[in-house]
Amino acid sequence: MGKAFGAVAGVGAVASLYAMKRSWDPLPSVKAAGFTTLDMSQYKENELVVEKWRGKPIFVLKQSKEMLESYDKNMSQITGKSTAEMDKKRLIKVGDDYFLICVGLCTHLGCIPGYNPDEKSFLCACHGGMYDDTGMVTKSPPPRGLDIPPFKVDGMKVVLGETSPEYEKMLADGITLKV
Amino acid sequence: MAHFTKATSLHDWLNQRLGIDTLNRVLATEYWIPKNINFLWAMGMILAITFGLLLISGIFLLMYYQPNIDLAFDSVNYTIMQEVGYGWLWRHVHGVAASVVFLIIYIHMFTGIYYGSYKKGREMIWISGMLLFVAFSAEAFSGYMLPWGQMSYWAGMVITNLFSMGGLHLDGLVEWIRGDYVPAQAFLNRFFMLHVLLIPLAIIGLIGLHFGALRIPHVNNQDGEEIDFDAEAKKYLAGDKANSKVIRFMNDFLAKDMMVVGIFLILFFYLVFYHYDFAMDPVNFDPANGLKTPTHIYPEWYFLWSYEILRPFSTNVGLIAFAFAQVIFFLLPFLDRSPNAVPASRRGLFKYWFWAMLIDMIILTAMGKVPPEGIFSAIGFYAAITFIGLWIALPFITKFEKKV
Ligand code: HEM
Ligand code: FES
Repeated sequence: MGKAFGAVAGVGAVASLYAMKRSWDPLPSVKAAGFTTLDMSQYKENELVVEKWRGKPIFVLKQSKEMLESYDKNMSQITGKSTAEMDKKRLIKVGDDYFLICVGLCTHLGCIPGYNPDEKSFLCACHGGMYDDTGMVTKSPPPRGLDIPPFKVDGMKVVLGETSPEYEKMLADGITLKV
Repeated sequence: MAHFTKATSLHDWLNQRLGIDTLNRVLATEYWIPKNINFLWAMGMILAITFGLLLISGIFLLMYYQPNIDLAFDSVNYTIMQEVGYGWLWRHVHGVAASVVFLIIYIHMFTGIYYGSYKKGREMIWISGMLLFVAFSAEAFSGYMLPWGQMSYWAGMVITNLFSMGGLHLDGLVEWIRGDYVPAQAFLNRFFMLHVLLIPLAIIGLIGLHFGALRIPHVNNQDGEEIDFDAEAKKYLAGDKANSKVIRFMNDFLAKDMMVVGIFLILFFYLVFYHYDFAMDPVNFDPANGLKTPTHIYPEWYFLWSYEILRPFSTNVGLIAFAFAQVIFFLLPFLDRSPNAVPASRRGLFKYWFWAMLIDMIILTAMGKVPPEGIFSAIGFYAAITFIGLWIALPFITKFEKKV
C-alpha cells in the first residue's frame, strides 16, 4: 500500500517538476526572433560599430591593411607558419574585406568591453580583461576569445543567426563556442 | 468529542476551543530566557521587526510598481517617487531596511560565533539561520532587479552568468534562468514573482523554523553556562525571582528587547529621512541599457566580501572559491571540533581565529568596492586566501583546544 502510494506520488512529482521546468523555458517567440541582417558596405576601417542580435551587442570591426598584417605576424609567431599561409581564422571575409564580427560580451562574466582604436585592443572594465583587434584574449580573466555568432555571408550582406559552412568550420576548429 | 461547558467569558470561550492559555504559557510566559545576556541578544528581534518594515513598505510599493521593462523604471522613479502621496517614504523605508537588515544579520551571526551558540544542541538554530541568510540574499538580489536601472540590468547579467559554471559552459542553463538570451521581459517578470511571493513565503517559513529550533535548547548566555532551565524555572515560579537565573520571555524579557528595538528604530528612521542615499546607487538612476556597461559594476555592500573572493582568480578557480565562501558558514558547527561552548575570549586560539575572520571579512568588503587595480588587487587576493586558509585551519585549532 505504502509502496503503491509512493510510486504514484513519485510519478506525479516528476511530472509536475517537468511542467515547471518547461514553464521557465524561453518562449518560442523569443527563440524565433533571432535573426539580424548587416549591410557590410557601410563600415569604416578600424572603427567599431555595435549592432544588436538577440538583445546582445554585436561588435563589427572592419580590418585595415595594417591590422591584417600585424594579425598575420602574431599568428605566424604563435604557429610558426609563414604569414602567407595564415588564413584569417577569426575573421569573416566579405568581398575583398575582412571583418571581426563577434558578440560584444566579455567571455568572463558578460560586461561590454570598450575598443581603443589607437591601441587596437579591447579592454573590459569589469575585471580588467583584454582582447586584441581580432577578439583574441591578451589578458585574463576571460577564459577565451570573444564568441562569434552563427553567420552566413550573402554577397555584401551577413545574416546573423543562420549558420553556414564557414561558421561550422570555425566551430569545428574550436575558434569559437556555439552561442 | 471533547467536553465543552458554557463559556464564562470570551477568553474562556476561546480557551476551550484553541487552548490559548497553554499556547501562551509554552510560547511566552514560561519560555525562559537567561538573565545573563546583553543587548546583542536583541538583534534577532530587530531582524523580525525589520522584516515587518520590509513587508509593509513592499505592499505599498507593489500597488504602483509595474513589472514591465518599458514601464518599471518610470513606475518607481516617477510614479512612486513623485506622484504617489508619501510614495518616497515607502521606497526609502524599503531601500534602507534592505541594506540595514544585512548589517544586523552580520552582527547577529558574529554574536553567535563569538559565544559558541551554534553547538551543543543549537546546530539547527545555526543552520536555519544560514538558510535565512541565503533567502534574504536572494530576496535582496531579486528586488534589486525591479527598478530596471543600469545596475539592475548589469548585476542581473553578471550574476546569472555565474551559472554557466565557468569552464562547464552551461549557457543553456543561464538562458533557462533568464527565459531569454539576455535579461529581458521574461527575466523581470520571474524575478518579480520571486521577490514578492515565493522568497517572502520561504522567509516566513524559515523564521518559523528558526524560532522553533530555539524553543528546546533555549538561548545561550554570556558565559556559555549550561543552565538547568527546569530547576531555575521552579525557583522563579516559587517566588525566588532574585536567585533564579532566568526570566519570562513575556513580559520581562520582551520589555528589555523592545528598549533596544526602540533605539534601533530611532536610528533607522534618522537614516530613512536624512541619509537614505547610502542605500540607493546613483548608477541605478539611469535606465537599463543592454548596449552599454557602466564603468564599474559592483554589488551592494553586503555582497562585496564574497564578490571579492571571486574576483582575484581566473574564472574557474574564482567560481570554486566563491562557491566555497557561500556554503562554508553552514558547516561551522561541524568544523569547530572543540566541545567548549563558551565565549571566544576563553577559547585559546579560537579567540584569534574569531577576530582574524571578522577583520578579514571587513578587508574583503573594502577591497570589493575599489577598482581591481595595483595594490588593491594584491590586498584582495591575500585577504581571499586568508579567508580560505582560516576555514581550513579551523578543525585543527579547535581539535587541540583545551577543555574549559
Ligand atoms: C514581502 C515582502 C516584500 C515585498 C512585497 C517587496 C516588494 C518590493 C517592490 C515592489 C520593489 C520595487 C520598488 C523599488 O525598487 O523600490 C522592491 C524593491 C526592493 N526590495 Fe523588496 N519587497 C519585500 C521584501 C524585501 C526584503 C526582505 C528585502 C531585502 C532583504 C528586499 C529588498 C529589496 C531591494 C534591495 C529593492 C530595490 C530597492 C530600490 O532600488 O529602491 N525586499 N521590493
Ligand atoms: S566581465 Fe570582463 S573581465 Fe570580468
